[in-house]
Amino acid sequence: MTALPERTERKLGLVIDLDTCVGCHACVISCKGWNTENYGAPLSDMDAYGADPVGTFLNRVHSYEIEPEGGGCAQTVHFPKSCLHCEDAPCVTVCPTGASYKRAEDGIVLVNEDACIGCGLCAWACPYGAREMDRAEGVMKKCTLCVDRIYNENLEEVDRVPACVRTCPAGARHFGDLGDPDSTVSQLVAERGGFDLMPEQGTKPVNKYLPPRPKDRLTGAAATAPALPTKRRDATGFLAWLDRTLEKI
Amino acid sequence: MNQPWIDTSPKVSDEIRKTTCYMCACRCGINVHMKEGRVAYIEGNRDHPVNKGVLCAKGSAGIMQVNAPARLRAPLRRVGPRGSGEFKEISWDEALGLAREWLTPIRKSDPSKLAFFTGRDQSQSFTSFWAQAFGTPNYAAHGGFCSVNMAAAGIYTMGGAFWEFGQPDWDRAKLFMLFGVAEDHDSNPIKMGIGKLKARGARIIGVNPIRSGYNAVADEWLGITPGTDGLLILSLVHCLMEAGKIDLDYLARYTDAPLLVDDETGLFLRDDGGKTLVVDRATGHLRPFDEKGVRPDLNASHPGHRTVMQLMAERYLKPEYAPEAVADRCGIAAPRIRAVAAEIARVAFDEAITLDQAWTDFRGERHEKMTGRPVAFHAMRGISAHSNGFQTCRALHVLQILLGAVEVPGGFRFKPPYPKPATAHPRPHCNTTPEMPLDGPHLGFVHGPEDLALKADGSPARIDKAFTWENPMSAHGLMHMVISNAHAGDPYRIDTLFMYMANMSWNSSMNTGGVMKMLTDTDENGDYVIPRIIYSDAYSSEMVAYADLILPDTTYLERHDCISLLDRPICEADAAADAIRWPVVEPDRDVRGFQTALIQLANLMELPGFVHEGGSPKWQDYADYIVNHERKPGVGPLAGFRGDGEQVGRGTPNPDQLKRYIDNGGFFVSHIPEGADFYKPWNMAYQDWAVGMGLYNAPQPYLFNLYVEPMRKFQRAAEGHGDRQPPDHLRDQIRKVMDPLPIWYAPFEDDHVDPEEYPIHALTQRPMAMYHSWGSQNAWLRQIHGQNPMYLPREIWEAHGFADGDWARVSSIHGAISVPVALHAGLNGSTIWTWNAIGKRKGAWALDKDAPEATKGFLLNHLIHELQPPRGDGMRWSNSDPITGQAAWFDLRVKIEKMPAQHETDPDMGVMASPVGRGPRNLRWKVGK
Amino acid sequence: MHPAPSVILFTVLSGAGFGYLALLGLGAASTGWPAFWQFALAFAMAVGGLVSSVFHLGNPQRGLLAFTQWRTSWLSREGWASVATLLVMGLFAIAAIFFAAILPILGVIGAALSVATVFVTSMIYAQMKTVPRWNSPLTPTYFIACALTAGAILSAIWSLALILLVALGLLQVSCWMSGDGRFAQRGHDMNSATGLHGQIRMFESPHSGTNYLLQEFGFQVARRHAAKLRVICICLISVLPAIMLLFGAHPIAFGLAFALHLLGVFVSRWLFFAEARHVVQLYYGREAVAA
Repeated sequence: MTALPERTERKLGLVIDLDTCVGCHACVISCKGWNTENYGAPLSDMDAYGADPVGTFLNRVHSYEIEPEGGGCAQTVHFPKSCLHCEDAPCVTVCPTGASYKRAEDGIVLVNEDACIGCGLCAWACPYGAREMDRAEGVMKKCTLCVDRIYNENLEEVDRVPACVRTCPAGARHFGDLGDPDSTVSQLVAERGGFDLMPEQGTKPVNKYLPPRPKDRLTGAAATAPALPTKRRDATGFLAWLDRTLEKI
Repeated sequence: MNQPWIDTSPKVSDEIRKTTCYMCACRCGINVHMKEGRVAYIEGNRDHPVNKGVLCAKGSAGIMQVNAPARLRAPLRRVGPRGSGEFKEISWDEALGLAREWLTPIRKSDPSKLAFFTGRDQSQSFTSFWAQAFGTPNYAAHGGFCSVNMAAAGIYTMGGAFWEFGQPDWDRAKLFMLFGVAEDHDSNPIKMGIGKLKARGARIIGVNPIRSGYNAVADEWLGITPGTDGLLILSLVHCLMEAGKIDLDYLARYTDAPLLVDDETGLFLRDDGGKTLVVDRATGHLRPFDEKGVRPDLNASHPGHRTVMQLMAERYLKPEYAPEAVADRCGIAAPRIRAVAAEIARVAFDEAITLDQAWTDFRGERHEKMTGRPVAFHAMRGISAHSNGFQTCRALHVLQILLGAVEVPGGFRFKPPYPKPATAHPRPHCNTTPEMPLDGPHLGFVHGPEDLALKADGSPARIDKAFTWENPMSAHGLMHMVISNAHAGDPYRIDTLFMYMANMSWNSSMNTGGVMKMLTDTDENGDYVIPRIIYSDAYSSEMVAYADLILPDTTYLERHDCISLLDRPICEADAAADAIRWPVVEPDRDVRGFQTALIQLANLMELPGFVHEGGSPKWQDYADYIVNHERKPGVGPLAGFRGDGEQVGRGTPNPDQLKRYIDNGGFFVSHIPEGADFYKPWNMAYQDWAVGMGLYNAPQPYLFNLYVEPMRKFQRAAEGHGDRQPPDHLRDQIRKVMDPLPIWYAPFEDDHVDPEEYPIHALTQRPMAMYHSWGSQNAWLRQIHGQNPMYLPREIWEAHGFADGDWARVSSIHGAISVPVALHAGLNGSTIWTWNAIGKRKGAWALDKDAPEATKGFLLNHLIHELQPPRGDGMRWSNSDPITGQAAWFDLRVKIEKMPAQHETDPDMGVMASPVGRGPRNLRWKVGK
Repeated sequence: MHPAPSVILFTVLSGAGFGYLALLGLGAASTGWPAFWQFALAFAMAVGGLVSSVFHLGNPQRGLLAFTQWRTSWLSREGWASVATLLVMGLFAIAAIFFAAILPILGVIGAALSVATVFVTSMIYAQMKTVPRWNSPLTPTYFIACALTAGAILSAIWSLALILLVALGLLQVSCWMSGDGRFAQRGHDMNSATGLHGQIRMFESPHSGTNYLLQEFGFQVARRHAAKLRVICICLISVLPAIMLLFGAHPIAFGLAFALHLLGVFVSRWLFFAEARHVVQLYYGREAVAA
C-alpha cells in the first residue's frame, strides 16, 4: 500500500490565494469542527482549559512579514497550510504498516487509522508539517481533503467541497482537479502564476499557492501616478471654476 | 492497488437546525447539525443574507461555546466580599424575588436610582422598552464606548453610517478605501466583500497604523499616525476640490451644498414654513429645496448669505489642508497623499459606471440612468475611538458625498431601515416620575440645546451625563462613565447598578484596576458605595465576581432572540431582513434567557406596558413578546410572516410567526424592487416601498448635510445666544469642536500629556478569531490566541535594542504594565499595539489559574483612564469625544522601557474563586458514534 | 529534532547489540557458558533496544502490521531484518551454547544480517530529505561504524577495536563538518518554503501555544552548548576508549573502554537528533543557522 500509485486519475487539491487571505483562521476551525466529528478519531485537545493547551489541527495559518527587495514598506502575508497531497508523497512510502496511502482515483493522501501504529515517521518525512499525531488516540492525523464531504451524497452538490473551502469568508481557497488543465483551479494557477512550496524537496505538491499581487505603487512618483491638475489653488479660483462648470451642466 | 474501503457518504447529521450566530456581533446565519439531540457541527447558512454560507473561526467554534465549562449554572447570590467570586446557588424564585425587593422601592421613590446598562446587547429595542417602563432615565447599551462617533456622524451627515446602516457596493466598486480597525463589526461581510473585489482585480487602499488583517491584503497601505485620519481625509478633500474632481450635479441635487447659510448666525435660510431655501439656477429666485423643477445653484449669491459649497471652498482650499502641510503630522509623504487623491478621482470620474435603470427623484424629475462612482469607503472603530472621532467620521462621510459616491452604483449603499435622517429619529427623553414610565425613549438625536438631557437646575439628568454640554450629541450614552460617575456621586448617587453582557471589571472598562476598586469601595458605614449590583451573563466572566446577584443567561443556541428592524437589523443594500434565534438545544442548567428573566421581573413588578390592567402579564417569556408585542399597530419586532402569515412589515401578530421563521431558515428577507435600490433618500420608488414595509409612516426625502446645522446651534449657545447656556468652563470647547463643517483637532491626550515624555501611540485591535473575552473559554480559539505580545515597530525595536523574548515596561500618565514584546515591521513608526482582551483574571472563565491568558496575556486597559488628568479646576473631564461622549480608547500615549524578562505580566489582579470550577483536562469531542 | 529518549536508547543499544552479534558471528563467539554470557549481552542490547522503540509508538498493539510494507518502507525492512538476524543468530547461539558448535556459514549470514539491520535502521534517518543533516551516505556509515566499534570492544579484539575507535572518531567529525552546512546547501530557506520574495520572517505563529510539530521538530540546542557536547562526545566515543585500550588488552580496559564508548554514543546520538533541523522549522520562522 505504501507504494505510490503510478498515476492518479485525478489530482484533487487546493489553490490558496495569498493575495486574498486575510488570516482569519476560519478554515482552521471549520476543519477542526468537521474532522473532530467525522473521518476517524476526534481531533483531541490536551489540557484544553489549562496552562498548556495542545490540540490536533489539520490546517494552520501562519503569518509572515516581508520586507521587499529594494526597500519599501514591510508587507504582511497570511499563509494557510495543510497537506499538499503531493504526487511524490514521501510520507506514504515511509509508512511501515500501509496505513498511509495515496488514492489512485483522486490522489488524496489518507491515513487508515486502523492500521496506524503511531510511529510518527510520516510526519518526519513531510517537509510541510502537514501531519500531526493525535496525543489522545496515538494515530497520525492529516487533511483528508474532506474525502467524506466531496463525494457525500447526503450533502447538496454545492456543499461537496472541503469544509475549509466552504467556510472561507474571503474566497481565498479553491478546490478542484489540478490534473485537468481546463479546470477552474488549473486556470487560476496559470493566470496568477501559482507555485509549489519547497520545490527542491521534489515532492511535487498538488496544492498550489497564488502569490500576493505587487503592493504600494501609489508612491507619488510621477511615472506611476500623475498629480491632479491644480489650477484652482484658492477659494476664488475654485468658485470661478465652479461657475464656468455649472454653466456647462 | 488494494486501498482500504472508506465510506465517502457518511450521514452528516440527524437534523439541521438553522439559527443566528452570536459568537460576535455579525449575526450570521448558521446551520447547526444535530446528532442524537446534541450539537455536532456548525457551518454557515448558504441562504442567509449576511454570510451566504461562509462562517468565521468564531462561528465554527460555537460548539466549544455551548459545552464551555465557564457556563453559569444557576442564579447566584454573593456570599463572600465583592470581587472574591464566592457565591451560593439560589432558585429563580429567590433571585427574581430579591431583584423585585431591591427595585420596587426605587421605582416608588426615584426611578433614576436604577442604572440599567446592557453591553453587547442585541435586544436593545426590548431592553430600552423595559427601562422606559421602569421609568429610569439611566439606560444605554455599549455604543458609547464602541463606535457611536461613526454612527452619529453618519446619521447627522447623511442618515446612516457603515455596518448596520450600509455597506460598500461590493459587486461594483473598483476602488475600496478602508480606514482604521474594522474587524470589530461586519467581519464576514467585509471579508466576503474583499474577496469579491480581489476576484475582480479591484484595488484596496488601507489606512491604518498597523498592517495586519485586511490591511495585509490592501494593495496600498498608508501607515498613518493614530488620530490623524481626519487631517488626511480633509487633505484629500483639499486635493479633490483643488482639482475640481467633485460631483457638482450630485452635490446640487442631493445635498445641502446649495443651501444658503446666514453669514451672521450660521443658520440656514428658511421660508416661513421652515423649509430650507436654495437659489434656482434657472430663474435666480429663492425656492424651497424640494420644489419641483428647481435646479439649486451651488454658487448662488444672496446678500448676507453664502452657500455651503462656498463655505467649504473657503475652508478646505486653505493651504493648511494641503498634503505638504499635513504630511509630517499624518506620517504619510505628501506625494503619496496626492497620488491617492488622484487615484480616487480617476476611478470615481474616469471609470464611472452607468446602469440602464430609470428612476424618479423627489422633485418629480425622471432620470433615465443611474450613474455610479465606483469608489467605496469603510471605517468603524479605528477612527471613531478618538476624542476627535466624530469630526473625523464626519469628514469621511463628507468625502464620500463630495465624490457623489453615496447611494450610487459602485459606492456606498444604505441598508433598510436606513437611510433615516437625524430628524426622523427620536429625541432623548429623561423626565422621571415615581411609578410612571419615562416620558419617552432614552436615546436619540439632539437638534439644539433645547434637546439636552438636563434637569431644571441645569445638572445632568442621566448618570452617564449623556446629552449634556460635555458631550451634547451622545446618541448611544456613555456606558464607560456609569461606574465612575456612580462611585463619585457625580451627578448623583444611585442605588442599584443592573448590567447585562458587559465585562466592566475587566476588558470593557478603561482603568480596569480603578473600576474594580470602585465596585468594592465602601463608605464610612462600611457599605458599598455602589450599594447593589445585579448582573446577567452566560459565563463566568470577571464581572460576575463583582455582582451581588447573578441572573444566569443561556448560551446563544439555547435561547430566543430577534434581530429586529426596530433595533440593529441585518438588512442588505437591496433587501430588508430580520432573523431570530431559537433554542436549537435546551439548556441543561438552571438558566434563563436574560430577556425572559426581564419579562418575568417586569411581570412581578407589574411594570406598565408589561401587564394588562388588573396586573395579568401580557407575555410569559421573550418568545411570546417577540411574536405579540406591537410597537405601533401592526408593526412588531419581526417584519416577516405577519397577519395570516403572508403579510410583510405590517400586519397583526401571527401566532405561527416563529415557526415560519424556523421553517424559512431562521430569517426573513424582503427584496427592494428594482429601480428602488439606489438613490434611496431621493428615490420615490424606494420611499414608497419603505412606507409599505412600515419603516416610515410617510415618504421622507431629505438632503445630505455637509453642514450640520444643530452643531452650529450649540456653537451659538456657547457664543451666548439663547436661553439654555453652557457652563463657562465648557464654552471654549463647544465653540471649538462643534464646528458645523468637519474640522480636525489633535486628540486631547496630546494636550494633557507631554508628547516628548510619552512619544508613542498605543492601540489594540481585535483578532479575527476571538471576540472580546468570550473566546478564551473556547478550547479551540484559545489555542490560537492564548497570550498577546506588545508589537513594536522597527524604529522602537532598534532604538531600545530589543531582541526576541524581551519584555518591556509600558507606561502612560495613568499607569504601567510589564509585558512581552515582539517586532512588527509593518507598523507606523511611533505606534505600538497588541490584541484586545486576551488577558484574563486568574480564576475567571473556568480556566486554570496558570493559564497563559492570566500569566502572559495582558490588557492595555490599565493604561487608559476614563477621565482626563485633573486640570486643577475641580472638574472631572471624561476621556471622551466632546461631541458624542465616545470613549477615546485610541488617544493613548505611552513610553516604553526595556526590562528583564518576567515570569508573569504585571499588574496581577489576584485570583478570583471560580463559581463554576474548572473545565475537564482533555477534550475528545465527538458526538456521533 | 526532538531527542526522544526511547529512540536514542533504541538506536544506541540495538546498534551495539547487532554490532556485537556481527562479530560473534564472524568468530568472536565462544562456546558453552562464556558463549551464553556473550549472547545474553548481545541479545539483551539488541532486543532491549527494539522493545524500547516500541514505547515510541502510539499504538504498539498493531505493531505486527509494520512487517507488511517491506517493499517501500525502511522501518518495515528494519522489522524483517532484525527478526531475521535474531532468528539466525539465535540458532547460531544455541549451537554455540548448547552444542559447543560454531557454525561458520550461519555465523557469516548472521553477521551480514546484523550489519544489514543496522544499515536498515540508519536508512530510516538517512532517507529523510526533510532533515538534511541526516540525508547523506555518511549516516549509515556512522551507524554501522558505531555498531561495529562497540562489537569489537565487546569482542575484545584489540587491534580492530582500536582501529574502529579511531576511524569512528574521524567519521564522527566529518559527519558534523559536512552536516553543518547541508541544510543551506540544499537551498532550503524561508523563501523556498513559502515561495515569497524578499526578506521574510515569522510575524505570528499559527497558535500562541505549542503544537505537535514544534514539540517534535522544534527542538533547538544552543550552538555553544552543542560545541561543548561535541568535545565531550568525541572524547567519550573515541579518544578516551582508545587511550584506555592503549594501556593494553586487559579485560578491565575493554570494560572501561566500552562503558566510555557507549556513553559517547549516547551523547553522539543525542546530538544526532538535537542538532538535526527539520525543514518544517522554516515555516515557524527559524532560518537555517548552521543546520
